[in-house]
Amino acid sequence: MSGVSWELGMNSLSLFPPPGPDGNITLFESNNELVCGTSLGSRQKQGWEPPSLLFPRESLKPHSRPESSSKAAFLDHRDTLWMRSARAWRDSGLSGLLDEIANCTEEEVPRWLTVGCSWTLALLRWVSSFHGSLFPHLTLSSEDMVAEFSQVLDWSDCAVRAFAWHPHTDKFAVSLLDDSIRIYNSKSATAPTLKHRLQRNVAALQWKPLCASALAVACHNCLLVWHVDPTSLSTRPSSGCAQVLSHPGHCPVTSIAWSPNGSLLLSASPVDTAMMVWDVAGESCVPLQRVGGGGVTFLSWSPDGSRVLASTPSALFRVWETRTWTCERWPCLKGRCQTGCWSPDGTRLLFSVQGEMVIYALTFTDAPGEPHGWSGSSKAAAIVADLSETSFSTSQGQVRVGGQVQTMAWDPRGERLAVLLKGDPEAPDRPAMIAVFKTRISPIFELLPCGFVKGESGAEPRLLQFHPHFPNGALLTVCWSNGRISHVPFFFVSAGGSVLNPGGSPPWPLPQSRAVENGERLLYTEMSS
Amino acid sequence: MFNSEQNHWFVRKVIFWRAAASVAWSVLLLPVTTALFAFLSRFSLFHPIQWISESFSLLYGSYVIFSLVLLCGVVLVVGVFNLEYYTVVPSVPCTKIALLGKVLHPQQSVHSLVHSMMGIMVTWCAATMIGGRYWILAAPCSEEEGVTGQKMCLNEYYLFFLLAGAFMGYSYSLLGVVRNMNYVSFQTIQQCKYLRFKGMLPQVVRYSAVQSLYSVRNYCLFYFFFGYIPRAWICTTLNVHEDSSLHRLDTVSGLLDFRLLYHLWLSGTFLLLTWHITLLLFRIFITEAYSFPVQSSFSEDVSQCLPKVLSEKQPLILKFLALQDLFLLSQQSLSRRMEVFSLSQPGGHPHNWNAICKECLSLLSDLSQRLVEYQEVVASNGRARPLSSHSDQRSTSSETLVTSGTEEQLQTPQQSIGLKTPSSVFLRSTSLGLHTPMTAPFTPRQESPFSSSSVNRFVGNVDPSSPWYGSVQSPHVMRRGPKLWTASTGSPPGSSLPPSPTTIPSPVPAAQKPGLFSLWLQNRQEQVKNFLARRVLIMYLFNKLPEASSQALFADSQAHIWALEGLSNLVAASYKEDRFGVVQTMLPSILSTMLLLQEAVDKHFKLPHASSKPVRSTCCLEDSTFKTLRFALRAALKTAMYRITVTFGEHLHSVQMSAEHRKRLQQFMEYKE
Repeated sequence: MSGVSWELGMNSLSLFPPPGPDGNITLFESNNELVCGTSLGSRQKQGWEPPSLLFPRESLKPHSRPESSSKAAFLDHRDTLWMRSARAWRDSGLSGLLDEIANCTEEEVPRWLTVGCSWTLALLRWVSSFHGSLFPHLTLSSEDMVAEFSQVLDWSDCAVRAFAWHPHTDKFAVSLLDDSIRIYNSKSATAPTLKHRLQRNVAALQWKPLCASALAVACHNCLLVWHVDPTSLSTRPSSGCAQVLSHPGHCPVTSIAWSPNGSLLLSASPVDTAMMVWDVAGESCVPLQRVGGGGVTFLSWSPDGSRVLASTPSALFRVWETRTWTCERWPCLKGRCQTGCWSPDGTRLLFSVQGEMVIYALTFTDAPGEPHGWSGSSKAAAIVADLSETSFSTSQGQVRVGGQVQTMAWDPRGERLAVLLKGDPEAPDRPAMIAVFKTRISPIFELLPCGFVKGESGAEPRLLQFHPHFPNGALLTVCWSNGRISHVPFFFVSAGGSVLNPGGSPPWPLPQSRAVENGERLLYTEMSS
Repeated sequence: MFNSEQNHWFVRKVIFWRAAASVAWSVLLLPVTTALFAFLSRFSLFHPIQWISESFSLLYGSYVIFSLVLLCGVVLVVGVFNLEYYTVVPSVPCTKIALLGKVLHPQQSVHSLVHSMMGIMVTWCAATMIGGRYWILAAPCSEEEGVTGQKMCLNEYYLFFLLAGAFMGYSYSLLGVVRNMNYVSFQTIQQCKYLRFKGMLPQVVRYSAVQSLYSVRNYCLFYFFFGYIPRAWICTTLNVHEDSSLHRLDTVSGLLDFRLLYHLWLSGTFLLLTWHITLLLFRIFITEAYSFPVQSSFSEDVSQCLPKVLSEKQPLILKFLALQDLFLLSQQSLSRRMEVFSLSQPGGHPHNWNAICKECLSLLSDLSQRLVEYQEVVASNGRARPLSSHSDQRSTSSETLVTSGTEEQLQTPQQSIGLKTPSSVFLRSTSLGLHTPMTAPFTPRQESPFSSSSVNRFVGNVDPSSPWYGSVQSPHVMRRGPKLWTASTGSPPGSSLPPSPTTIPSPVPAAQKPGLFSLWLQNRQEQVKNFLARRVLIMYLFNKLPEASSQALFADSQAHIWALEGLSNLVAASYKEDRFGVVQTMLPSILSTMLLLQEAVDKHFKLPHASSKPVRSTCCLEDSTFKTLRFALRAALKTAMYRITVTFGEHLHSVQMSAEHRKRLQQFMEYKE
């Protein structure tokens, strides 16, 4: 079976209801409609409400330590050359050593050595620039690299740098601009703050599945696995609670992924062509090396554990199967694969490519785990949504929505798909926007419009994630540019019908005109061949 | 060496073939490494054309072909030794003296001797291929002396080279023991063999080069100090002369010959590389997952089915592969899981599931029992035990321990002997009993009870009666050193106290019949002990290595990890796939076994040194996986518990279990562990 794309020949976003009026924020979805308002008063509370947090940008001091520039101010320069060379070697390897010797004064080293070193250094730089011309991302500084490949929009300037819901319980971790991580738990009032000497430039967070305490953090030059005792009352767990996993040449780490059964941790770095499979307890890793691509930027493990998406900085991504760890290469035409997400049953992968305003889908048809080889994927990716720019006229005037996809999230039931669209930072009338689709996976894959999620005025979305087990539908958590973390619930009854809806909203689909309307507005459907 | 274990069908049908395939591949790779060696050995920076043409002409030379044949033989022998000495459960020496005993063990000596000889052969081949001054042992003396004409002089370069081979061979063997190179660990992920080899190869090359560098350094030091001995010996036995006109090599100027050092290093790298590749291929082949049938319709194949194979104690590799297969099938294969949950055709009994579950549970409960016993011993060593009346406090404390330890040991139900004590390679020797007297003086008294060193274990059998018992302990050391258990583990209850050939009566009767003699004996013991405790060397040798006992305790935990993962995956899968409810019946006992183990593991990690992390080894070949197995086990146990609680959720409330366990389970259900 292969996916047959049924294109409407028109913009998907144009079928969306226009975004709500300025000043209003999207509160929740009920009765198939996104409700906007100024306060949450219109909805009664049910159970634990995740706290809506605000981390003002001003209150967080980023660490302004460019790697070596400030160091010179503090180091005693009367050290002997040997000491300085050793330090340079340790800190930044061969190039640092050469640089140190080349910058020495005449009385310390003979002239020929200085000249020799500067020549070697020049040669090294030339070679590395050649290498960099093949893979331009290698010329970036590591901080810029994280910003480039992170799932967060405008990572370097964002107050909230990473966010992770715990897969089983009402708990989440937030990584902030000042390199600290805070953990909020529904069951306890204490919010532990995690700080570690090596915890810099956090690019991603993920809780270990089937475990209450382990949190993996992708840092500047290592991987940290925190073990935060959920019963502990301490607000500052010591750095002894963190395991440091590092591998030479594997930094900065921009993406991590736990296997859904909690046994393995994958990590990826844009400068390392190998992705690491960590045995966290043993602190050992197996590199999975493949030539081509120049690195690995983004990892996503399918929820059933059978496949892993690994995108590279080049126009190429791979889909690994996890039985024998072989991979399938998928070259893209335009640019690198920016983001991707899996359907809950692991058979469908949605991804987006940089430079294109569309969402592609790949279908994997073989049942995972059955021994007849693997890779029952379709031959080509099908376009399922066209996200090119559309104007909506609102009370404030024209708003243009659309663009490339920064990140996507699919809710654990497979019924809502949230897509963060990059705006245009120069154009004020084209802000970054979250578009939410309704999706249906079985019997056939369908995509329907749901609406746009709006935040406070002036705030742009930066990052989004779905709550992994929200009982009444789906809960989308959005981090905004003003440091706000808000939660937008989508109340619906799962198509399976097993979950009652205590939220008061009638089951979906509704015998209402809107549902019929939605049916007519089908964006994408798949016909079985 | 070939005992009954070797005749097991699995060893005959699978292991031998895997080992043979690995050796075949290493032989096939030999021409490549040899060509590379020949190429690099002629390296000259200033005459590149000559270098390349010379190397190519060399490759077709008859010497290279002959060397290749010889090297194939060497690789074959290395392969046989790999097969003979490998172990899936490492032996962790808990004291320096135990390590020494391991190194001096006769079987290890054979290993070292053979490897030294093979080292000589490899360097001989290398010397022949390099040619030039390494060509021949004795040459006519140079002119100044050679007035008499036919006097032969020793070519010291040649001797230097061959000795280097022996040295490297020996250090390979020695480091193999110290770093547990014979330990075969299983990969966390199942990659195909070629990719695994390809991924490891660069590391192996680097490791061999670095090791060779160290070896060259050590060898040069060795030769500098002791080089005159073999030289003089060769000169006298072969009746050749030393050429006084040339530099001797055991001088600084002689050793500072960079060309010589380069050749030495290159030959060493070549030697280590071929051997390491053989070892690597052996490991890759032997740990490849093997798929056992879950059930078979033919009665002759029943012994090869998973439920039957799981319950076998020997060989250990079979048990490990079976558990790995269980783990894989529980995770990946729906159809094989269905076979596990199926009912037997006439009768309708879930034999497959029952056998698998029973075996996993017995493995887990063995581990928790082992942990509890260890904790008891540690605890009892820490506090004052009730004393016997007849003697002063300190000397009796050890006696009390002997008695109590023996009693405990006798009471201990010895359910599974096979996995309980990890058997080391030495155990496979049938003649091992003979060595016991030899190693007895090296008995590490502070050994962990579960040290898997066979030396220990065998010596342990004569423990209580040995005059060394207790004599070398300082009270300080004793506090942590559980003793008698070395003797108890693994041996059948009755046989742990064999009739002692030594004259000193065993402490057990001594404690029962206090007399003048025993008092005198204890005083003597005390004196000896105090005397020895003051000697630094003795203290050094007998002091416990930190966390070693913990490592030894969990040395075979890979089996437990797989059992946990397999069992929990099966239980979780049964929620949807088990049509007959066969898993339901076992759920209470599975949960209680896991909770008991959880409790024991938690307690163990509160002991000193148990939670300290070992140093990570940098290389792939020095496999230190066993050092962190206890952490892996703890993580796997929690994951397994969570997997069951997440899957069953509230339904677990209706499972029968004790109140304490229910409380603990509640913790898991609230994600508070």
